[in-house]
Amino acid sequence: MYKYFPHTADDVQQMLDVIGVRTLDDLYAEIPEEIKLHRELDIPSEKSEIEVRRIIQDLAAMNKPLTCFAGAGCYDHYTPSVVPFLASRSEFSTSYTPYQAEISQGTLQYIFEYQTMMADLTGMDISNASMYDGSTATAEAMMMCMAAAKKRNRVLISETIQPAVMAVCKTYAKFHGVDLVAVSEKNGVMDKEAARELIEKDDVAGLIVCQPNRYGLIEDFTGLADLCHEHKALLAVNTVASALAVLKTPGEWGADIACGDAQSLGIPMGYGGPYIGYLCTKEALVRKMPGRLVGATTDADGRRTFVLTMQAREQHIRREKATSNICTAQGFMCLYVAAYLSLMGPEGMKEVNELSYASAHYLHDELLKTGRFEEIFDGPYLNEFTLRYKGDAKALRMALAEEGYLLGAPTLFCDGCLTIASTEQRTRQEIDNMVELIKNVAL
Amino acid sequence: MNREYYGKLIFELSQPGRKGYSLPKNEFKGYSLLQLDAMSLRQTPTILPEADELTVVRHYTNMSNNNFGVDTGFYPLGSCTMKYNPKLNEELAALPGFNQHPLTPAKFAQGSLKLYDEVQKTLAEIAGLSRFTLNPYAGAHGELTGLMVIRSYHMSRGDVARTKIIVPDSAHGTNPASAAVCGLQIVEVKSLADGTVDVEALKPLLGPDIAGMMMTNPNTLGLFETRIPEIAKLVHECGGLMYYDGANLNPMLGVCRPGDMGFDVMHINLHKTFSTPHGGGGPGSGPVGVRKGLEQFLPNPQVIKVESSKLKVENLASGEVDYELSCKDESLGYVSFFLGNFAIIVRAYAYLLSLGKENIPMAGKLSVLNANYIKESLRSHYKLPIDTVCKHEFVFDGLREEYGGDHHSPEHVTTLDVAKRLLDYGFHAPTIYFPLLFHEAMMIEPTETESKETLDAFIAVMKRIAEEAKADPELLKSAPHSTPVRRMDDVKAVKEPKFTFKSL
Repeated sequence: MYKYFPHTADDVQQMLDVIGVRTLDDLYAEIPEEIKLHRELDIPSEKSEIEVRRIIQDLAAMNKPLTCFAGAGCYDHYTPSVVPFLASRSEFSTSYTPYQAEISQGTLQYIFEYQTMMADLTGMDISNASMYDGSTATAEAMMMCMAAAKKRNRVLISETIQPAVMAVCKTYAKFHGVDLVAVSEKNGVMDKEAARELIEKDDVAGLIVCQPNRYGLIEDFTGLADLCHEHKALLAVNTVASALAVLKTPGEWGADIACGDAQSLGIPMGYGGPYIGYLCTKEALVRKMPGRLVGATTDADGRRTFVLTMQAREQHIRREKATSNICTAQGFMCLYVAAYLSLMGPEGMKEVNELSYASAHYLHDELLKTGRFEEIFDGPYLNEFTLRYKGDAKALRMALAEEGYLLGAPTLFCDGCLTIASTEQRTRQEIDNMVELIKNVAL
Repeated sequence: MNREYYGKLIFELSQPGRKGYSLPKNEFKGYSLLQLDAMSLRQTPTILPEADELTVVRHYTNMSNNNFGVDTGFYPLGSCTMKYNPKLNEELAALPGFNQHPLTPAKFAQGSLKLYDEVQKTLAEIAGLSRFTLNPYAGAHGELTGLMVIRSYHMSRGDVARTKIIVPDSAHGTNPASAAVCGLQIVEVKSLADGTVDVEALKPLLGPDIAGMMMTNPNTLGLFETRIPEIAKLVHECGGLMYYDGANLNPMLGVCRPGDMGFDVMHINLHKTFSTPHGGGGPGSGPVGVRKGLEQFLPNPQVIKVESSKLKVENLASGEVDYELSCKDESLGYVSFFLGNFAIIVRAYAYLLSLGKENIPMAGKLSVLNANYIKESLRSHYKLPIDTVCKHEFVFDGLREEYGGDHHSPEHVTTLDVAKRLLDYGFHAPTIYFPLLFHEAMMIEPTETESKETLDAFIAVMKRIAEEAKADPELLKSAPHSTPVRRMDDVKAVKEPKFTFKSL
């Protein structure tokens, strides 16, 4: 038998005898013959560990590592070695959703810590126990606005939101019956007057805005929460999680929902996943909240314990009336975030942002000094910015990739522009080397 | 497990001035966050903990000791397929070569794109379908994506009246919930006494308003729906499509494929059937496969293998790529940030390569052997409502009456009591109170990676618990006794909600 199957020939025989059938195939006797396969699967043959390792190592080697100056929702922040080390504890990783709380306190406790940290970072009352990613978390926020408003199905979304988030929200809106309306932008930020006009029509369930936005710009949401609340709409703010430590929080802006991706909190870029979506809200909206929630209670001996709670919102109880269909989410990534934030603490989070800010601004200024880039927005930014390249931006990006650098992402709907990010991992040497290369690329 | 170190939160271990990180010195002079307008900056200080590295390591290590996983012991949780999670898969998923930014140009991520395509091809053959997307993040996300495919198909034909979906009453809760998120109305079809779909009850439900039908086969009672060819024919004749919930795919591997049963769209849970760890609630992966003719509706972006003739042209022009990312206009749109939980897909690929065509069917057969062995060994003590050969799992309806399981008696020993007592003996509990068809449902799925010795030990304990239920019911009602903590006050958790450290 294969190494993952412990059955000896004797075991199989004894078990078949207990069941009262002759062969393993007899266990499938009720299945109509005409739909059975009756042949071998047309897939590769079994391989040894050495062979599997070689095949997959070769695939990994076909990828080219690039020094990362891209963002657009995924940031190359550093992961302390402790984080993946703790995450390799298989008591955590090989467990299921913590339904049996008495033997799942490890999982429940780190989710409780995660919830506390995310509620604190966003300035909200509560956080759920994770969504899939920042884009689906925002789509859930959109559906939550509609559910909270009852008779309104229009949700506004700022055009300045990350393109991937916008794309996913559009998909969910199309099928869920949300009338998703984009609020236009002005000078790279949401046009607040355009938003006001729409909200004053009194048919809007919610408004979703983004901080920093798809150009990397920091937006000013002054007055937005009051405007939304006067017209019985909710305000949802999508933020890059790492930035929450230093930028004005969704809570401070008066938002009802905070959502986004927490990949920036110590989770490797990993070609798109697993990441972790977060969704936080006010206590008053807890019953509208999608996803799992861990709460504190006591056990029979009076000890403080943690359990999955408020499950009456969820699909396994409410079925089609649930707040969402989400079941398995990204629970394990809560451990990454909790361990990361435990190590970083308040000072570390400030320092990471300070370094990211400094390296991004240095890079920005150095790129402008080459004379090959021009500024198109003059708003403030944290660690991501957008510039227009005077030559062929796509060709420049490919040429730099050949040399080992990933220079930003092409800015959608903005010809010749690149949205570029930096983090605490980028050194002055790397930036200087890349800028030298840029100077030598033919325009 | 660990009572001694139970309970402190990281916030309670925090001391001002401690830190657990080290960062490089700032080599960029003249830049400071304070250059930002104060209006943009956070005013409220954070309450993040301040802890040194060893404190953090001990804290989470001790917490892991209060957790039970497949690596700790037997985990017969029905519908969850808690099989062994191979360690090689973990090693390979962590290879630095896969840690790329998702916006890396395709030319520099050919290894990852090839891996993605190999997995989708392998799944298509295993499922008997044409093409898979691996972008959905979990089973329920796959269901939603699959239903979006079905709706996109109908809309592409201008058939906008199909707004209803048929779901059996025994279905997983995610089925109706996903349908509701997808904007479909749910029409429930009843099960027969043996737990299978009542085909006569199905017939009058079919009509021009039906988008399709969702089923899992074997169903949630572990029974194969033998009338599936007829059901698929009926649904197809009315113009609907058949959706296969792949949560129960494990026993079918290499024996009978969803595509051959008549299904058009399905999802697979890589974190069940293909051995990726469940992670205490994700990350999973829920690839969605479709029959020929529906590929164009799959979500964007899609990984496309470049045809060899086109490849030559590409070579001349810019790029020497074998695989590219493509976005199609007919697609239902994006359901994820990028290509899903990529690192989970790497793990599944390692599993598929390791087992190969020789062993993948054996995984299914041994899972069925293990389930039937437990069922036959325990029916003397537990009520078996449906007496037939099961597939990978089966359902008991609580203890037999002679062991204190009489449902009509107010003092009867419940399935919850049995489940909690099992924890004392070092086993995880089965799935309890699902499916909803039985009051005291106890759904057991052993998977193929468990040895006869483990099953025998479990059987012995289950019998012993039944004897205890007869002799000393209170022992079960107050269980568990030897776990790090005891039975919880679930009502208090709802009545006095506390979701953060601040609220304690």
